[in-house]
Amino acid sequence: MSTATAPSLDRFSLPDAGGHFGRYGGVFVPETLMTALAELGVAYEAARADPAFQNELRHHLKEFAGRPTELYFAERLTAHAGGAKIYLKREDLLHTGAHKINNALGQALLARRMGKKRIIAETGAGQHGVATAAVCAKFGLECIVYMGAVDMERQALNVFRMRLMGAEVRSVEAGQKTLKDAVNEAMRDWVTNVRSTHYILGSALGAHPYPMMVRDFHRAIGRETKEQILAREGRLPDEMIACVGGGSNAIGFFFEFLEDSGVRLIGVEAGGRGIRRGEHAARFEGGKLGVLQGAMTYILQNSDGQIELTHSVSAGLDYAAIGPEHAFYRDRKRIDYAYACDDEVLEMFQTCSRLEGIIPALESTHALVHGLKRARELTKDKIIVINLSGRGDKDVQQVAKILGTKL
Amino acid sequence: MSRLASAFQLARARNRAALVAYLCAGDPDFERSLAACRTLLANGVDVLELGVPFSDPLADGPTNQLAAQRALAGGMTAARVFELVRRIRAEFPAAPIVFYTYYNLVFSNGVEAYLHAAKEAGVDGMLTLDLPPEEAGEMAAACRTHGLDTVFIVAPTTPDARIARIAAATTGFIYYVSREGVTGVREQVAANIPEAVARIRARTALPVAVGFGISTRAQVTQVATHADGVVVGSVLVNCIRDHLGSPEKITARLAAVVAELAAGTQR
Repeated sequence: MSTATAPSLDRFSLPDAGGHFGRYGGVFVPETLMTALAELGVAYEAARADPAFQNELRHHLKEFAGRPTELYFAERLTAHAGGAKIYLKREDLLHTGAHKINNALGQALLARRMGKKRIIAETGAGQHGVATAAVCAKFGLECIVYMGAVDMERQALNVFRMRLMGAEVRSVEAGQKTLKDAVNEAMRDWVTNVRSTHYILGSALGAHPYPMMVRDFHRAIGRETKEQILAREGRLPDEMIACVGGGSNAIGFFFEFLEDSGVRLIGVEAGGRGIRRGEHAARFEGGKLGVLQGAMTYILQNSDGQIELTHSVSAGLDYAAIGPEHAFYRDRKRIDYAYACDDEVLEMFQTCSRLEGIIPALESTHALVHGLKRARELTKDKIIVINLSGRGDKDVQQVAKILGTKL
Repeated sequence: MSRLASAFQLARARNRAALVAYLCAGDPDFERSLAACRTLLANGVDVLELGVPFSDPLADGPTNQLAAQRALAGGMTAARVFELVRRIRAEFPAAPIVFYTYYNLVFSNGVEAYLHAAKEAGVDGMLTLDLPPEEAGEMAAACRTHGLDTVFIVAPTTPDARIARIAAATTGFIYYVSREGVTGVREQVAANIPEAVARIRARTALPVAVGFGISTRAQVTQVATHADGVVVGSVLVNCIRDHLGSPEKITARLAAVVAELAAGTQR
């Protein structure tokens, strides 16, 4: 159970007009993008208040993406842990394999509403790129996805999926060739083609209005979870756990529960090979306040402010900054943060597959690792819900390679 | 009067545009970077725009990205950048030096402390690419405290009302980026420059410098007709890049290129 009582706050009052969650967030971009971001903010506010837009989005979420997703009682994982009951929110069952489609659909509809026919996106694990490629195919939009060269290698299957759906995947050779570098390159494209192009940013990151907008498009996760657990158990869960790269699945999962102070919310970062410089991506373990790619937040950086290299077995969590809203709720002690390391994740990846017949994404497996630790510490009358944000089909080749299995 | 204001005034008095020249501090290493900056200032550059190398320069094209990578790989740190400024300042007491940087480098150890150190080293102004006026309150206050000028960017996408707001936050000069996009050499300068400069002039008395993609004497002359300053960068960085194998040739090449560009500033 949560020992910290959440200070009273209105989750809907955030961010402020300038995109700030307390001291976090904001708009830190080159001048060329300022007007585009302001226009995007206005267009999004109008769409959010427009029932026709919301109805259309709901329609596509249902028929194209497959919402609502199930809340699944993981009976054998529960028995394995021997403590609290474990439920999984099955975002892995969505079309294209992860929660990312919620946001990609919302932003594609918004781009269409704004008359922008060229879409760019960044991707790390490839899930956001695949989701964006899918919605662009569906709505007939041009789609260019930037992806780090290292990620293209470890997620080769997703590269092919994107290309199959008509997207152009551009390899990013700069920096450490992962998600952060893909975001830089997407922003460079946007600065150059800002009048014709909408940038579908894939996480609750970047400059305002992105963190707010992406969060809103994922709120369905938490809304459904609340209804489902009440119907199933007649009460709210004791703990909810989600992995946090940029933090979009987590904030969408948690948002509906922020005011339910009896529900403990835990975000799980990537501990990589352990909390040593350059070996992990746990921003709350060794990161400090800074500005990267549009927002003020916690960032892994050196003493001069140069961004540090990061590492995680999961490309989707391998990123130096955390979504600004997470930093805000951590300060308020409303969301707690933990981390899981590569070796625990690889083991849990196999455990979950074997016990439940569900292959989880390596990103989501971080939440499972911590979720099972928590379940062991809680009694059997307690309830934990873990957001299974994506499926692990995309990861099987990489895991086989790590485990030394020849395919 | 600040060094920046003097430089623009002097250029105007001579009926030419001020030549603002960019190099990345520490590219390819400390000593050669110092020699390169010295060459610029001895051959007609009025304002030195010194890039502070950053790991994630999202407003820069490949030319400047690679320059920053070379500088960082060559051991550039915040302390070494300040040392470079001190050495330039000792040789060129009147030359304005503006930092071209990203906000995290200024912010990470405290804006106030950073700007104090910058002023001490001999920096005159701050151009922070990812810091719009809306977020620049702390920076502007610290610049005032330490007598540093602020430089802000106006883009082709900036509406008129915003130009006034940007001008209100600026004390040094307005940097008009003549096209949407990242830094880098272009074949042609943008066609909209006269109209854009007029749009800015209607809203501020500050000097207006125009940059992005300007690399030839003819382009400099074309822009100098309309603007108070002409910014050149990638063409100079390329002089370094092209001679990494024979770095003793960098200064001679730079001297020739800069003298040619400087000759183009005459109206």
